[in-house]
Amino acid sequence: MKAALALLRRDIELAFREGGAIGVALGFYLVVVAIAPFGLGPDLNLLARVAPGLLWIALLLAALLSADRIFHNDHEDGSLDILTMGPLPLAVVAASKSLAHWVTTCVPLALLAPVLGLLLNFPIDTIPLLVLAMLVGTPAVSFIAGIGASLTLGLRRSGLLLALLVLPLYVPVLIFGVSTISAAVTGPGSPWPPFLMLCAISLASMVLAPLASAAALRTSFR
Amino acid sequence: MSTPFSVTLEAHGIACDRGGRRLFEGLSFSLGPGDGLLVQGPNGTGKTSLMRQIASLLPLAAGEISVAGAGDDTPPAELCHYVGHLNGVKASLTVRENLTFWTAYLQGSPGDSIDAALGVFGLTQIADIPAAFLSAGQKRKLALSRLFACPRPVWLLDEPSVSLDVASVKTLGNAIEAHSQAGGIAIVSTHVPLGGGFTHTLDLHRLDPTEEQTP
Repeated sequence: MKAALALLRRDIELAFREGGAIGVALGFYLVVVAIAPFGLGPDLNLLARVAPGLLWIALLLAALLSADRIFHNDHEDGSLDILTMGPLPLAVVAASKSLAHWVTTCVPLALLAPVLGLLLNFPIDTIPLLVLAMLVGTPAVSFIAGIGASLTLGLRRSGLLLALLVLPLYVPVLIFGVSTISAAVTGPGSPWPPFLMLCAISLASMVLAPLASAAALRTSFR
Repeated sequence: MSTPFSVTLEAHGIACDRGGRRLFEGLSFSLGPGDGLLVQGPNGTGKTSLMRQIASLLPLAAGEISVAGAGDDTPPAELCHYVGHLNGVKASLTVRENLTFWTAYLQGSPGDSIDAALGVFGLTQIADIPAAFLSAGQKRKLALSRLFACPRPVWLLDEPSVSLDVASVKTLGNAIEAHSQAGGIAIVSTHVPLGGGFTHTLDLHRLDPTEEQTP
């Protein structure tokens, strides 16, 4: 347990000290959402209607920008070898590193979403639910990205391949994330059933994805 | 450092395949407390692969390796320190933070031996600068400091003397000797004489004589 905390703390500290990844993800999110009204036109009703989907899709893409770093740096400098020789099972190492990605990338993105919602005429009274849904749904994003990152470990220019592998797996998160917000904004129905599905997807990913990542990491030691 | 170790490491008929080629086969050795194994051989004969197999980082093509005597069912990888060609040093952490993290991670508690471990190779003066500013030799020293910060009975050192200066190589040789006297096992591959009392020597050579280069 202490070892897992030490690893988590180190990964978060490294992400903030090296800085680049978080800044790029936030900047990318801002730019993608900011140019959308230029493409869609100034129709405020239209923007409000597409805002949930647009905010979610842009968030997924922004989160994937730094996903290939989840294991890459540790693989490159030999840290991953030493990590396997500690007291933690490889799946816990993978879970800890995915969690660090969530804290350093997905949480800042989710907290930026309300500001970007204003650009899209997103109804202000639904903003708390938007942030809540994103905070609840994004663990699935980070943990599934961990699978992609471990599968593409050691490949050159792995980022694009990772996006190809992982984006289709985000469809359930996207569907239930968007329908939570849409139900709250336009109805019909209550936002809570899709919200609970979102919780379920995140919880299942947090349990299953590290096992898959660990299996993929083990094949990379050949 | 004073912890007396008593483990034995045995390899029975192990073999290694890399890229569809058999590097070595039928390799057996048995090391008891205080033994040192010097692994020698030309490039590409499997010295690094052997180290990684003992550290459970590479699968065995045949045979088995057992590390026994630790008293409980600790997995072999947790009894070993592996210092290979890559140092596992994070450039944006300071020297002390790097070592503190590895100690906390490897043994589950931040040891109080960090400063003593940094002192072995004289890294105390640069303990608080980011590792990005270290030279190759200093990074290697930092990687080797893990051996002292977090005591483990088996040392797997893959060409540890690379980029070290003469005095540090001597320090390393003395450290290996002290480790052996404490009952630890050291398995070292090297191309330069390290001193130290190695009780065993293992010469790896190419299996296929046609690949042998003529000097």
